[in-house]
Amino acid sequence: MDRHTKDKLMKGILWASAILTIAVLLIIIGFIVVKGSPAISWEFLTTKPLRSGRLGGIYPAIIGTIYLAGMAVIVATPIGVGGALFLTEFTREGKITKAIRFGADTLNGIPSIIFGLFGFSFLVFYLGLGISILSGGLTLAFMILPTIFRASEEAIRAVPIWDKEGSYALGASKLQTIWKVVMPQSVSGIVTGIILGLGRAAGETAPIIFTAAILNPVLPKSIMQPTMALPAHLYTLTSEGISMENAFGTALVLIVMVLIFNFAVSIIRKKKSIRR
Amino acid sequence: MSRRLNEDVIKSLLLVCAFFSMIIIFLIIIFLFKEGLEAFTYTNVFDFLTGTEWVPKNNIYGAAPFIISSLFVTAGAIIIAVPIGILTAIFMAEIAPSSVREIVKPAIELLAGIPSVIYGLFGLIIIVKYIRITLDIPSGETILAGSVILAIMILPTIISISEDAIRQVPRAYKEGSCALGATHWESIRRIIVPSASSGIMASIILGVGRAIGETMAVVLVVGNVEKIPTSFFDAGEPLTSTILLEMGEAAVGSAHYHSIFALGIFLFVIVMILNIASNFWLGRGVRHG
Amino acid sequence: MVRMEIKDVNLWYGSFHALKDINMDIYKNKVTAFIGPSGCGKSTLIRCLNRMNDLIDGVKTTGEILLDGKNIYDKDVDVVKLRKDVGMVFQKPNPFPISIYDNITYGPKLHGVKDKGKLKEIVESNLKGAALWNEVKDILDQNAMSISGGQQQRVCIARCLAIEPEVILFDEPCSALDPISTGKIEDLIIKLKKDYTIVIVTHNMQQAARISDYTGYFYLGNLMEFNKTKKIFTNPDNPQTENYITGKFG
Repeated sequence: MDRHTKDKLMKGILWASAILTIAVLLIIIGFIVVKGSPAISWEFLTTKPLRSGRLGGIYPAIIGTIYLAGMAVIVATPIGVGGALFLTEFTREGKITKAIRFGADTLNGIPSIIFGLFGFSFLVFYLGLGISILSGGLTLAFMILPTIFRASEEAIRAVPIWDKEGSYALGASKLQTIWKVVMPQSVSGIVTGIILGLGRAAGETAPIIFTAAILNPVLPKSIMQPTMALPAHLYTLTSEGISMENAFGTALVLIVMVLIFNFAVSIIRKKKSIRR
Repeated sequence: MSRRLNEDVIKSLLLVCAFFSMIIIFLIIIFLFKEGLEAFTYTNVFDFLTGTEWVPKNNIYGAAPFIISSLFVTAGAIIIAVPIGILTAIFMAEIAPSSVREIVKPAIELLAGIPSVIYGLFGLIIIVKYIRITLDIPSGETILAGSVILAIMILPTIISISEDAIRQVPRAYKEGSCALGATHWESIRRIIVPSASSGIMASIILGVGRAIGETMAVVLVVGNVEKIPTSFFDAGEPLTSTILLEMGEAAVGSAHYHSIFALGIFLFVIVMILNIASNFWLGRGVRHG
Repeated sequence: MVRMEIKDVNLWYGSFHALKDINMDIYKNKVTAFIGPSGCGKSTLIRCLNRMNDLIDGVKTTGEILLDGKNIYDKDVDVVKLRKDVGMVFQKPNPFPISIYDNITYGPKLHGVKDKGKLKEIVESNLKGAALWNEVKDILDQNAMSISGGQQQRVCIARCLAIEPEVILFDEPCSALDPISTGKIEDLIIKLKKDYTIVIVTHNMQQAARISDYTGYFYLGNLMEFNKTKKIFTNPDNPQTENYITGKFG
């Protein structure tokens, strides 16, 4: 084959594979939207499921997911940001930082089902927290910790050294500098990490099935009680073949949440890049 | 004086935060092994890994069907995802005009953000059905269905890490190649991609790790039959599915319960090895000699 | 004899006007040097001569550059063929991270040479042509990144010779090298002009004076003066050129 024809042909194939990737995304989202919208109504969003979800809505599952994801973020954020501060401001690049990063990357790679097993044996049983929002929220917190940690590290590292030096030169202490100079400048990057973590926590299924989720449509009264959750509810509806219509409706709610989170992240990133 | 003290206290608090991931990993190892090693007092390790039957009510625990199912779905996913992923990564790094890139990049991130259970739902309704009709087989719930869904799920991993690796290849290589009269594709094929090969390798290994550990998407589409699959058109039951499906029925502290954790240990060890391998390849960076 | 003619060339990077109405001739079997302070457009112009700027987004070029009477910016020009005819050696040595042998055979293989014996011959003759053969003949299978910078640059020259170009462009080929390596490369360039037409961009005034036959002085995208090197360095027409050359400015 002529070299120029081959060049054109291969470029065509490269375009095609990118288009294929995007097409798959659009098909999945379009499919869920089309199949899910008939189920969506005000009632669906605000009432309890009846007869295991065959009828009724998904209100307790929405609330449960908010509790679980909220709890995960509340626990993981201070740890993640704190760890990132230590890494960037309190130590030098070396074996320690390598070990810390390796730890985060490794934790990030552990399959969610393993977190489920761990949450069950450590939190539910060993610590006696039972099947509860607390157990589920903590398990999810462990899962999303690397996401928040890495995003925070990147954001803090992007703060220019001369801004910090300016602060030190005025006699500010390290903590004052961190609080007044470093944190305000890195907050949008940290928020990006938190939202990404939120999205991941809201969508995870396997870990909460073992640690927090029940099929009983009751609203939890404290974090020591179990709860329904959107992904677990969706899994039950689908795997037991209870109601495909409601399964798609639940999936749509979940995917809209994820889309909103992604959208928020891209807006924050765009704003930041404009400001620079 | 108090400022100094203050700083030291905070520093040690932050140190704990920084090592929190490590602490969790250690706790995971301790609890996984504490519950799982117990299983080997009933079944020896060799029989556990090679036994072809898994019948909890008779206390027979052979994990081979699950291990082989896991290998099958993962291999299928890699066969599908690697070419598409690497070609898309090349497209993103070398071909895409920046306006196109600005659309495709967030789309790929979104693909990574879709919850796995939704992939499962999609796979069950679309892919399983499509496979059943096109191949004219009684059930579309097959290894192949699992592979297709997993392939979609690991595409973002392969694309983003490979793209980064390709971008890191010095511009000078590309210019040098073009200046010698190579076409763009020839430069990509002969110089750019080989120079990025360790990053691309890392992305594939990471993809394998994700695929083998994925639960929700797979469990809904592979049929979950405790039998050793012999082709991509058989049903199967990967390790993750077994753990998910049987945890609910196993009494805490029973042989069954411990055996499920033993599957967890096996999965954990494999994924850890893959993670470390991927880290090693990433650490090698761009090939300089 | 004129080999390349540059006619009314203008170039923009986005909205930045980097080359302004450049007109000059490149003579066959001569060394033409482009000099001038950083950012004057000399590197940009040399990269026009083999359309290397095509690789950069947002570059717009107008005017004509004729190679043996044919405009290289014409629509029907095969850029791949052009780059085979007009070879280039870069500022920083950029051998590929593969063996020395494979670096030299890279171009010939692309252009269809398959015979092993022929490739071997090409490697030997071009390494000799680049005055490197004696230093590397026993380590041809070693990675080209493992030899010294000066040797790497000569691998790049040999690699360029191997595609049998008519014109060779040198974009500050010695700026990353030590004085001894620089000397070797300069000797080589003087030797090469017997067979090739050579264009060199350099920061180093003495280098231009030592090796070039013609010199163009650039400033802020303009070609301020173009003449025989001797004339430029002894009695330039433009007082600005004199200031630059004598180091009063630059």
